Amino acid sequence: MTDLQIVLNEWPRLASGFGNTVLLFGTSAVGAFLLGALMVGPLRSQNKVIRVALHSFVDGMRMLPFLIFVYLLYYGLPTFGVKLDAWTAGLLGLIIYHCAYVAEILRGAWDQLPAGQTESAQAHGYHGHRLMRRIILPQLFLNSAPVFGNQLIYILKDTSFLMIITVQDLTYAASSLQSMYFVPLEPFLIAMSLYWVISLSIEGLVRAVQRTAKVRGLGRA
Amino acid sequence: MTAGGFQMLLNGAWTTIWISLIAIVCGVPIGFGFSLIRVKRVPVLSQIVALYVSLGRATPLVTLALFLFVTLPVFGIDIDKYTAGVVALTLNTASFNTEVWRSAYLAFPQSQIEAARAMGMKQRLYFWRIMLPQMWYSALPSLVNEMTLLIKASPAIAVIGVVDLTRVTNRIAAQTYEPLPPILIAGAMYIVIISVLVRLQRRLEKRAERYAT
Repeated sequence: MTDLQIVLNEWPRLASGFGNTVLLFGTSAVGAFLLGALMVGPLRSQNKVIRVALHSFVDGMRMLPFLIFVYLLYYGLPTFGVKLDAWTAGLLGLIIYHCAYVAEILRGAWDQLPAGQTESAQAHGYHGHRLMRRIILPQLFLNSAPVFGNQLIYILKDTSFLMIITVQDLTYAASSLQSMYFVPLEPFLIAMSLYWVISLSIEGLVRAVQRTAKVRGLGRA
Repeated sequence: MTAGGFQMLLNGAWTTIWISLIAIVCGVPIGFGFSLIRVKRVPVLSQIVALYVSLGRATPLVTLALFLFVTLPVFGIDIDKYTAGVVALTLNTASFNTEVWRSAYLAFPQSQIEAARAMGMKQRLYFWRIMLPQMWYSALPSLVNEMTLLIKASPAIAVIGVVDLTRVTNRIAAQTYEPLPPILIAGAMYIVIISVLVRLQRRLEKRAERYAT
């Protein structure tokens, strides 16, 4: 039996690893985008305490490696009596860590929006939530599609760190196949191709969003 | 945590720094060379580099490090964990640097090239004397930004057993049964390393803006 056959016979392992990676990636991407969108308003709040607190959170996340943050949740929190299993710690870690990056991207995009636009929307009776949801956020997302695409790829790549805290993702599956059957090459080549496929789909999504943005007269360059 | 623990953390930080530094020192010129292959559209090689960049961008460092560490010995290349870590980080950062250099090249003002030609400069001369110094200024902020991303991704090499600043916290916790203090101190050390780079990047950005106008 060739190495490739061994690996193909064990495809359910790779498939479940791939499924877990997609699940982690999808859930945390949605979570991080929602939380980030909720945070961007308060990041520009008039209240100094809220603003400074959120800014230090965002800056802190942006200077910490993802794995150290996960260690903090997984190994550190039990000191305070909070025990999370690997999946919960990993997923929470991905969402909280990346929502800071999303919020920062949105804040940067907001700074580029002409101020007069918000004012005229207010003059038309848009306030609070409706102003955010209908006028500001759609533009922020459409305007910065390529940057968000990059962030999605970082989220995807960060999921693989979770194998270090025993989450059984795609890299874990490849690694365990390798050590079970001593087939070093094929499992990793398959895993890397699968990551590649996800990232190519992300790039396709970015292009689609950019086309939408262009139709609506938005988007840079 | 004891003084010995702190010493271990410092050693871990040093490991993280020197491995990343070698990867940066190798990755920046490799990225430069690859970007030239791309912009000059060297047949076959250019397509290979494009594929490498696309794959390098998509492959998690954890996967890449494991792959190199277990696969290369099969091809008769004996590789220890430190070399595998350095090679993985270099391959990863070089793919990003290729894109940084390429966009610096593509953004170079055409008018200056025309002016250089009008002065009678040959391509080789104006590339090295006119383009490269200015490309260097415009690319540096993004290159430094990529360095911070590299340091943040570097804990991935812990997976092949390199005891870096992240991994060392496990070792200390195994001795003291108190995982929180070493993780917090390691986090603070990462913040120090990265904030130095971020500050450098801001300064370089200001300088690049000054030169651009």
